[in-house]
Amino acid sequence: MLARRSIVGVAQGAFRSAQPFRRYASSSPTAAFAGHKGSNGKYTVTLIPGDGIGPEISESVKDIYAAAEVPIEWEEVSVTPVLKAGKTVIPDIAINSVKKNTVALKGPLATPIGKGHVSLNLTLRRTFNLFANVRPCISIKGFKTPYDDVNTVLIRENTEGEYSGIEHEIVDGVVQSIKLITWDASERVARYAFHYAQASGRKRVTAVHKANIMKMSDGMFLSACRQVSKDFPDIAYDEDLLDRVCLQVVQNPQPYSNRVMVMPNLYGDILSDMCAGLIGGLGLTPSGNIGRDASIFEAVHGSAPDIAGKGLANPTALLLSSLMMLRHMNLNDHAAKIEEAALGTIAEGKTITGDLGGKASTKEYTRAIIEKLKA
Amino acid sequence: MFRNALSAVTRPALQQSRTVTTLSAGFPKVTQKLPTKYGGVYTVTLIPGDGIGGEITDSVKEIFEHVNAPIEWEQYDVSGVSSSGEELFKQAMQSLKRNRVGLKGILFTPISQTGHISWNVAMRQQLDIYASVVMCKSLPGFPTRHSNVDFAIIRENTEGEYSGLEHQSYPGVVESLKVSTRAKAERIARFAFDFALKNNRKKVTCVHKANIMKLGDGLFLNTFRRVAEEYKSAGIESNDMIIDNTSMQLVAKPGQFDVMVMPNLYGAIISNIGAALVGGPGIVPGCNIGRDYAVFEPGCRHVASDIMGTNRANPTAMILSAAMLLRHLGLDNIANNITSATFDVINAGEVRTADMGGAATTSEFTSAIIKKL
Repeated sequence: MLARRSIVGVAQGAFRSAQPFRRYASSSPTAAFAGHKGSNGKYTVTLIPGDGIGPEISESVKDIYAAAEVPIEWEEVSVTPVLKAGKTVIPDIAINSVKKNTVALKGPLATPIGKGHVSLNLTLRRTFNLFANVRPCISIKGFKTPYDDVNTVLIRENTEGEYSGIEHEIVDGVVQSIKLITWDASERVARYAFHYAQASGRKRVTAVHKANIMKMSDGMFLSACRQVSKDFPDIAYDEDLLDRVCLQVVQNPQPYSNRVMVMPNLYGDILSDMCAGLIGGLGLTPSGNIGRDASIFEAVHGSAPDIAGKGLANPTALLLSSLMMLRHMNLNDHAAKIEEAALGTIAEGKTITGDLGGKASTKEYTRAIIEKLKA
Repeated sequence: MFRNALSAVTRPALQQSRTVTTLSAGFPKVTQKLPTKYGGVYTVTLIPGDGIGGEITDSVKEIFEHVNAPIEWEQYDVSGVSSSGEELFKQAMQSLKRNRVGLKGILFTPISQTGHISWNVAMRQQLDIYASVVMCKSLPGFPTRHSNVDFAIIRENTEGEYSGLEHQSYPGVVESLKVSTRAKAERIARFAFDFALKNNRKKVTCVHKANIMKLGDGLFLNTFRRVAEEYKSAGIESNDMIIDNTSMQLVAKPGQFDVMVMPNLYGAIISNIGAALVGGPGIVPGCNIGRDYAVFEPGCRHVASDIMGTNRANPTAMILSAAMLLRHLGLDNIANNITSATFDVINAGEVRTADMGGAATTSEFTSAIIKKL
């Protein structure tokens, strides 16, 4: 049960993040979900189906939710950029919808490479101050990889670091890229990591760093973590070098099942995908972006244009992300029910999609889950 | 030739004429200065380093003595635990500059801001030993979770995130500079392709994050692509992969990689993942090569102070690195003798150190190798 919970425990973190720990205006771990049911007894949630296989897998999630009678009404919006005052931007209608509902579920977006407009994911991240990316990776029964005991949770600072986008060419052939670390952002993500640990029953927070080389920047990240740790006496805190963590997680991920890892942006990006690789790739890993103004849960895999529209896509990542969202909204019973049905279907291995080694279509897989729900 | 370092059991190294540095034979006129050699004996700088360094270099010394390797050590017990070792470190650098060849363990680097900078990095930058080579290959007789691992990691060693340039522009706001230059990107790319050519490898993969660091890693990637064009006719394939995807692919399908080339920080990550795939930091050899100097050290740079002094460390990585050193000096016979003895002991499975699931101590493992020589 613990394992299950941690897949999706983001939510509880949000709730217990109440006032007493608040220091800076920005350091509130997240806007705890404060939505109200509409007149039809349902919460409204923004759904961004995305590109490629996005619409198919969103359809699958909607079907499953309808069958499970989850009190959610979807507000479907498109984030395809539009031209506004000469710039490509996300349509206002999408922004307003997420702002109003404070919760969104998002399918994969195709970011055209080298087309000169900023990545949509980045824009969403900035618009809603999504400061922490939560990436749980748990071995899925029924899908065999060389690792069968993975249960990691990684929290990544999401707004600065190597992704600051500040770069310049000083003279021809010499480029400086600036990694920006601020106390506020480090403190904020550290605080969220401790909240998450507390909420998901993990007893330890490990800060991952390279402060032996980057003494000031990673050093400050560590100081922020250390200071926050004093506010959480019941959670153990330690620090580990990036090199060591890479080595140990790949050698034996088991010791990491009792802790939450927290780290700056780039390290988190790399390690979260590495952990996903341990359990079978991005098609099986959920992700949540926790922000001040809203929280967006998403599938982090690509939009797979090669199989788009063929009904072959695997909706598991989006479904698991949506379960993180349900827990965020305190709909824990529904989340548990759907999770059991979905993981049960994969464990049986009879009706699974091609990427998992089965032959089922998206629809057949969805139906199998729904049948399990009703059983 | 390099590939043989790990598979010498089955394949005796080709005996061909070569210049002094095997690794850089592809470069035009690599080094005019030959390593110091008096009366047929090479003088080599030895820096055991912190943590388990002393124990595993002792093991190398014992083996070298047994095979009568024509190596005289010039040993400097530098320690990075406190800054007071700086004078000795400077002397060790002088010695390296004299001898041009060194074998070293890893020096501890303090995390605190008041502590000294990494001497490991300082050494690489001052000697301009720009190419780090790390070999990850599954060992015969030692199965891990993945069985078909065989790739080489070529890592830029002197710039990037390790520039050491950082400042606090305003309280609570720190900038850390990553410096990328075309010249260094080009020479590491060329090194990787030359390495692939000479070692009969087929593909070079550039690992980067140019989708985010468009200028910095973009420069690295574009330079790589330009260099790759020149090696097309030689039959070396090339491709590129984003670092996060690479680490995911590595733990799922490591068989697809052959030679990988990357900026500095990614090298730290990839070499640790690679080591974990084949059985840990205790068995992965490595070296740092420049135009004038070559320093050999375990490929996975861990101090391992937790098992220091317990006689439990696995000296394999250091022994194999030392064998690379011997090949570098053209002493292939001795190198092959040592590597095949080492692989035999591991393959037999009776005497192994704790990290490989055995119960043997460092000295027992060393004596087992010596018996096989």
